[in-house]
Amino acid sequence: MSTLHTVNKSPFDRNSLETCLRLAGKGNAVLLLEDGVYGAMKGSNASSMVEKAMSDVSIYALGADMKARGVDESKIIDGIKVIDYKGFVELAAENDKVNAWL
Amino acid sequence: MKFAIQVNEGPYNHQASVSALNFVRAAVDAGHEIFRVFFYHDGVNNGTRYTTPPQDDINIVKAWSELAEKHNMDLVVCVAAAQRRGIVDEGEQERNGKDGNNIAAGFRISGLGQLIEAGIQSDRLVVFGD
Amino acid sequence: MSDIKKFMYVNRTAPYGTIYAWESLEVVLIGAAFEQDVACAFIDDGVYQLVKGQNTTELGIKNFSPTYSALGDYDVNKIYVEKESLEARGLTIDDLMDLKYEDEDDDWAEKDSIHVVSAAELADILEQQEVVFSF
Repeated sequence: MSTLHTVNKSPFDRNSLETCLRLAGKGNAVLLLEDGVYGAMKGSNASSMVEKAMSDVSIYALGADMKARGVDESKIIDGIKVIDYKGFVELAAENDKVNAWL
Repeated sequence: MKFAIQVNEGPYNHQASVSALNFVRAAVDAGHEIFRVFFYHDGVNNGTRYTTPPQDDINIVKAWSELAEKHNMDLVVCVAAAQRRGIVDEGEQERNGKDGNNIAAGFRISGLGQLIEAGIQSDRLVVFGD
Repeated sequence: MSDIKKFMYVNRTAPYGTIYAWESLEVVLIGAAFEQDVACAFIDDGVYQLVKGQNTTELGIKNFSPTYSALGDYDVNKIYVEKESLEARGLTIDDLMDLKYEDEDDDWAEKDSIHVVSAAELADILEQQEVVFSF
C-alpha cells in the first residue's frame, strides 16, 4: 500500500511536517500545500530535515499555493516536484489512501 | 474514482474550504465522482447563507452552493457540529424551537454516520482542515 | 455486500484548548456502529487526551475524558500511542488512563486497549490502514 500524505502548515508553525516525515512509509508521497509549501524552501532551518526525507519519500508542492505566497520555483529544494490541483487529484487516485497531517 | 471530502474549517478563517473547493473542481474535471462533501467542526459554517463577503472577494458559500447545483453534489453539514455553531435548517428550527434558519442552498444537515458511510463507500477520503 | 475497511482515526491535538479531541471522539463512537476494523492513533499533543485525572470543574466546561473508558464497549480496542510523542512530553504509560476491553475471542478476558508503539511500528500500522480520518 502507498499513501499520499498532505501537510498544510509551515514547519515553523506546527510540527505536522516533522511528524509526517517521521511516520511516512518508504516510497510514500508527501504533498505540501497551503502554508505547508514553506517547507519546500531551501536554506531554511527545516530544509535539511526535508532533504534527508527525500531519500525515502517523494515530495511535491502545490504550485498554486507557492505562487500565492510568492515562493518561486527557483527557491525550493531540488527534487521537489511542483504540481497543480490536477496533479493533486492524480496523486490521490494513484496512491491507496490520503493521510492529512493538519 | 469516488472521492469523499471532509472539510474541518469554516470559510475565510482557514484556507481549508478553498483548498477543498479547488480539489473538488479538479476531481470533477478529471472525470471523478464526488460521493459526498462532509462539513465537520467549524466546517459547518460553510453552510450558512448569511455571509456577505466584500464584492471584491470570493464568495465561498456561493461557490459550494453552485457546485452542488451544477453537479448534483451531496454537501452534508454535521448535525451535532451544526447545533453547536448555529447552522439551522427548517427541520432543526422546528425541532429546537429556533426563530429562523440559515442553511445555504445545496447543503443538508445530517448525522456523523454520513461521514462514516462516505469513508466506507468511497475509494478515497481527502481531509482539509487546520 | 459490505466491505470491512481498516479505519484509522488520527488524534494529534490536546484536549480542551480546541474541540478537535472531543468531536473526533464523537466520530469514533458513531463510527463504531458501522462495524469497520477500527484503530485510533494518538500522536504529538494527541497523547495528552489520554492523560488521567482530568478535572474541568473549575474551568466550567464538560469533562469528556470518561468517554475514552467506554471505547472498549464499542469494540474500539486498538488504541496506539506513539512512544516518541510520550517521551518528548515527559510522559509514560502510567500517566495515561487505564483503558480496557473484554476480548470475546478469549473468554471475555479483560485486556489493555492502549498499545504504546514506536514511530517505526506506528508507520507500519498506518501503512496498513485504508481510510484515515484527521481532525
